[in-house]
Amino acid sequence: MNKLGSALFSRLVIIIPYAWLLFFFLIPFFIVFRISLSTTAIAQPPYEPVFRLSDGIAGIWGKIGQFSFDNYIWLTQDSLYLNAYLSSLWIAGVSTLITLLIGYPIAYGMAQAPRTLRPTLLMLVILPFWTSFLIRVYAWIAILKPEGLLNQFLLSIGVIDQPLIIMNTNWAIYIGIVYSYLPFMVLPLYSALEKMDNTLIEAAQDLGCPQISAFWKITFPLSIPGVVAGCMLVFIPAVGEFVIPDLLGGSQTLMIGKTLWNEFNANRDWPVSAAVATILLLILVVPIVFFQNAQAKAEEQGR
Amino acid sequence: MNTWSRFNIVSVVIGFSFLYLPIVLLVVFSFNESKLVTVWAGFSIKWYVSLFQNQGLMDAAWVTIRVALISATVATALGTMAALALTRYTRFRGRLLFSGMVYAPLVMPEVITGLSLLLLFVAIGFDRGFVTVTLAHITFSMCFVTVVVQSRLLSFDRSIEEAAMDLGATPVKTFLEVTLPVIAPAVLSGWMLALTLSLDDLVISSFTSGPGATTLPMKIYSQVRLGVTPEINAACTILIGFVAIGVIIASIMTKRREVQRQRDEQAAFAGR
Repeated sequence: MNKLGSALFSRLVIIIPYAWLLFFFLIPFFIVFRISLSTTAIAQPPYEPVFRLSDGIAGIWGKIGQFSFDNYIWLTQDSLYLNAYLSSLWIAGVSTLITLLIGYPIAYGMAQAPRTLRPTLLMLVILPFWTSFLIRVYAWIAILKPEGLLNQFLLSIGVIDQPLIIMNTNWAIYIGIVYSYLPFMVLPLYSALEKMDNTLIEAAQDLGCPQISAFWKITFPLSIPGVVAGCMLVFIPAVGEFVIPDLLGGSQTLMIGKTLWNEFNANRDWPVSAAVATILLLILVVPIVFFQNAQAKAEEQGR
Repeated sequence: MNTWSRFNIVSVVIGFSFLYLPIVLLVVFSFNESKLVTVWAGFSIKWYVSLFQNQGLMDAAWVTIRVALISATVATALGTMAALALTRYTRFRGRLLFSGMVYAPLVMPEVITGLSLLLLFVAIGFDRGFVTVTLAHITFSMCFVTVVVQSRLLSFDRSIEEAAMDLGATPVKTFLEVTLPVIAPAVLSGWMLALTLSLDDLVISSFTSGPGATTLPMKIYSQVRLGVTPEINAACTILIGFVAIGVIIASIMTKRREVQRQRDEQAAFAGR
């Protein structure tokens, strides 16, 4: 009885979330792919179905010949999409680098803080994450506007004599991404740096290694798992970011998340937006798998 | 020996002011008399008054709260199960796919998740509205719960569970009486995380929502596009206030439990 109950319990614990994720996470991707192969129609929903399950296997085989790659060909012909993909990758890459450069000293400082202070500092890094993402992006509008608080401050102390134009440029997007994703960078870095054995550094210094080269030879290499996790956590969602380029960026800013949103909501072209999403997913598969391997390795070590 | 050098202090202080200054400014300007968000004209709470008279925002807030409570609770149940599955049953068919499906939503751009869920609901002929938003929120937030609970389960001494089982407790009873009390703080913080993720979400909600199920972030977003107003600042301040109260209560509770545990331990030693 006990054994039977045990088997049942473990089955259920696995099957319920598994089935949920299959149905609501994995299967939708296949639907996206399917719709990306169909043609636009003025109907509700606005696309011609490629195949239905009711067609049966033979029907589906028959229709595979009619797959329309028009949407993908369309994407390669219009340079808008290519530019949007490239500029998303570029903006996400630059922002990730800046976030790393800002986040590392913070995480390092936290890891060196007195032991009693560390939980409070950790809490303070997590806290902004609990406040709305939209609110945090919104807060920057009032700061970065030409007549905003940053310009008022800089003008009043006399550093500049003309307002800086930051709002609606790529600079605003960089600031927005760095600000919003900074906790995602600091947390994995901190947990890597905090575990570090300080006696290694002391040993190096006792043997005459200068502080800076001790950092580059010991601390930094040991923190690389944290660097990788942090960079992935920032880079991957930043590539498809919509809110930040939409609210802080200008009309000339191209990012693929925004393009997809407009294609879907303004142009109501579902097949093309499905194709845009499919390609974005294909681009991101490599970093996502990389991230998962890093996660799995961390999980193994934690065991 | 472990001195906190000046460089470290400076980088932490600058980093934290960068994180907090925008939020502080937002809160300050919600009490501004003037309609301009950037010019201080004296203290006033009139934006809070006009906020509560804004029926559209109030309706959206109510929808958001209901979606968040339901989705966070279901997501916590599913996420905890997934965490148990990943840590306790290391070998089952399709585990790699399972762990892939747990970690991928953490980094998946929201536009992709939102679009794919929308197309799913259309494909199965499900009308978009309150239910679809809730289902979508459960799906993306359960994975965050899994990660939080999983990290607690990994540091958990399994021999206690095994001892309970050896003494004849059923798996369900072992889970409820041994495992759950230990992982409860992680489950609670997973629930809170799921709650805030749901309260916060704009992109996935916009894709999966239908008429009559406009959430607060969707409402705020549509107003922000028209221009920055102190009313939005007031709405944001209230949201921040809720979060702050929740976090303070949670930390007091943890502290109290910690003190209680230490007292129990001391009593146990004294009784020996």
